[in-house]
Amino acid sequence: MIPELGHFALIIALLLALTQAILPLYGAQRGNLTLMAVARPAAQGQFVFVALAFACLAYSFVTNDFSVENVARNSFSQLPEVYRFTATWGSHEGSLLLWVLILGFWSTAVSVFSRHLPEDMAARVIGVMGLISVGFLAFLLTTSNPFERLLPAAMDGNDMNPLLQDWGMIIHPPMLYMGYVGFAVAFAFAIAALLSGKMDVAWARWSRPWTTVAWAFLTLGIMLGAWWAYRELGWGGWWFWDPTENASFMPWIAGTALIHSLAATEKRGAFKAWTVLLALVAFSLSLLGTFLVRSGVLSSVHAFATDPARGAFILGFLTVVIGGSLALYAWRAPKMITGSGFTWFSRESLLLANNVILIAALGAVLLGTLYPLFMDAMGLGKISVGPPYFNAVFVPLMAPALFLMGIGPLARWKEASLPDIVTRMKWALGVALATGLLLPLTLDGFKPWAALGFFLAAWIALAVLAALLDRIKYSQGKLPQKLAALPRGFWGMLLAHFGMAVGIAGIAVVANYSTERDVRMEVNSYAELAGYTFTFRGTTAHDGPNYRAARGTLEVSKDGRPVATLHPEKRVYNASAMAMTEASVHPNIFRDIYVAMGEQLDDQGAWTVRLFHKPFINWLWFGALFMVVGGFMAASDKRYRIALRRSEVPKNIAAQGA
Amino acid sequence: MKRWLPLVLFVILVGFFAKGLFLNPREVPSPFIGRTAPAFTLPLVGDANAAFSPAEMEGHVWMLNVWAPWCVSCRQEHGFLMQLAQTKVIPIVGLNWKDKAREAASLLARTGSPYVAVPEDLDGRVGIDYGVTGTPETYLIDQAGIVRLKHIGPISPEVWQTKFEPKLKELGA
Repeated sequence: MIPELGHFALIIALLLALTQAILPLYGAQRGNLTLMAVARPAAQGQFVFVALAFACLAYSFVTNDFSVENVARNSFSQLPEVYRFTATWGSHEGSLLLWVLILGFWSTAVSVFSRHLPEDMAARVIGVMGLISVGFLAFLLTTSNPFERLLPAAMDGNDMNPLLQDWGMIIHPPMLYMGYVGFAVAFAFAIAALLSGKMDVAWARWSRPWTTVAWAFLTLGIMLGAWWAYRELGWGGWWFWDPTENASFMPWIAGTALIHSLAATEKRGAFKAWTVLLALVAFSLSLLGTFLVRSGVLSSVHAFATDPARGAFILGFLTVVIGGSLALYAWRAPKMITGSGFTWFSRESLLLANNVILIAALGAVLLGTLYPLFMDAMGLGKISVGPPYFNAVFVPLMAPALFLMGIGPLARWKEASLPDIVTRMKWALGVALATGLLLPLTLDGFKPWAALGFFLAAWIALAVLAALLDRIKYSQGKLPQKLAALPRGFWGMLLAHFGMAVGIAGIAVVANYSTERDVRMEVNSYAELAGYTFTFRGTTAHDGPNYRAARGTLEVSKDGRPVATLHPEKRVYNASAMAMTEASVHPNIFRDIYVAMGEQLDDQGAWTVRLFHKPFINWLWFGALFMVVGGFMAASDKRYRIALRRSEVPKNIAAQGA
Repeated sequence: MKRWLPLVLFVILVGFFAKGLFLNPREVPSPFIGRTAPAFTLPLVGDANAAFSPAEMEGHVWMLNVWAPWCVSCRQEHGFLMQLAQTKVIPIVGLNWKDKAREAASLLARTGSPYVAVPEDLDGRVGIDYGVTGTPETYLIDQAGIVRLKHIGPISPEVWQTKFEPKLKELGA
């Protein structure tokens, strides 16, 4: 009964989404206020019904209703309750439902926080988001119904993939989708601006906080994914340039370019057409990612089950949405007149350079991801493109962009003075160069890539400091007052840039100075790595709720002093008989000690054990968190709220009917 | 003209995607097709004194099915392999791959065995010779001991009809 209710709620949601899309868009074109007024209630109603459907699916999972095929395939009666709940979005169908739910959430958020927008603009934005909802709801109902019944019902489920039974995976997909889908708002604003033909800078100010929030969520989602891979896959890696990872990374690069170019458009009216195009591209790449992961055109370790019918549907949807918006862009582009000019050295030109480099890097990642498909489609053989390509192309491309990151915030709009910046940044350059050259020597030998990483990290961190000092130089009052007077947008930028510096430092160390050993360990034997002594105390049998495990005990000591006792596990899951390694980690701010069980070697209890020493790995996560907090801070800047209050006074009704 | 460029690039991409939908990226052509199947001699499951070697199958068209008791999708194809075995279309040899827990004998006793012989590749060395990437994988080997076909993943009735049957007709078996 409950699953049927969910199915029915989805059908109502589709009808509401159709209403939300067609009536307001038509009304905005005709200047009909009554039709435009449908947008908000329709969007909110659609969200309510999608949420109801989601709740029904979650209920089926939590109550172990194995007469629902989706539940039978992805859950298990012995699965702990929290994972039974998260299994709701562990499957293809469920994760799509989550996608639609989050899209509904963003639509509702827009409908609530858009009171200051001209009626026709709000109607168009919500209408465009409705169109996207229609596509995804139709996809769910026609090819991926999550409420499909299984008759006769299964006795028990097949269990959730053990890899996903981790709390990193509980929050990774919702955060990632908040980011992916959040770009739909920027996309809808751009389309609304193109449709209305009014390409003033107002739309840039409206869409800026939305874009920044989406970007921050996407950053968090990607970080959680990397963190999950690091802890759960059992071999200490955190980024593999897998197509699925690239699918989330490409919208992130485009989004990063977009938040920078939006700044130039909002403040100076520069690059209007380019910013609109980026807003279209960022969301298009989110959709493309969905297509790549679910259609089976690319082989990937964690792609969802593939089905050509689904692939064909998404490709058709993709063609309509992306093709349509790019055609609209090409049609309307001549209307966009760029604002006042700027010289070759100014904040605008530096932001433009940042954008060009980011887009080049994006192109490189896109090419590497799709290259196997190109080769295969042209009958030139099967190949795969791996980390060597991406590292060789991506790192040198990004280095100049990271260098410019240091100068950008110091440069003035319109025209900056190069000699002035050189004078101000001389000391920073000197200190950064010295850091790059000398710091590697204190570690395990000089490595050029590590030196470059240290140089860039120090350079960005010092530039953040320089930008802060520059900003408070002429303001009045004591230091705390001066700092408190700075706008949140500025703080957010500094924090995010500083996070980048921290992250780069982490990557430079962990990529160059990690050590690992695969050792055979007998009970009470020991092994050494990076100055630590690991003593193996054997394994004990340990039964989890839905698995059996051999739990090892390793005592870690340094210079005779105990550091930690670690308990890595080798698990066999009851339903799928899948074996999994559960690594055990002792973290601190300078390093992780990471231990994973390999295979049992003999009856005396000898095992192969993998030992890792990962210096500075946690700086990566901290760096990403700084960026996330910076993003939220910038989006909460007073400026946007003032703009909101100011435009609330005249209701701006004259603007409609264009 | 510049403003049409994004659309043009996208249309080209869509062309590739449409083509890509009909390709299978997981299908890696095996370098062994058309070559002699690598020789080996392995003990049989449940009877360590007896052994199996591909040379014994000379003169027959047969299948080498790489499986393992811990492999979930092998259970999926088990029913269809039983059907094949009952109709005696083709002899199937089941290479028991990396069965560290030695569960094959008891599992086959419970579920029935579609195999004429079950050699035991405990450390997976024969699997390496054949380029096994995972279980299940099935090799079709002809009368002269030459590998004619490799299938990755479980065999379903559709796979059998579209992939194996035409090849069998070709080989006159």
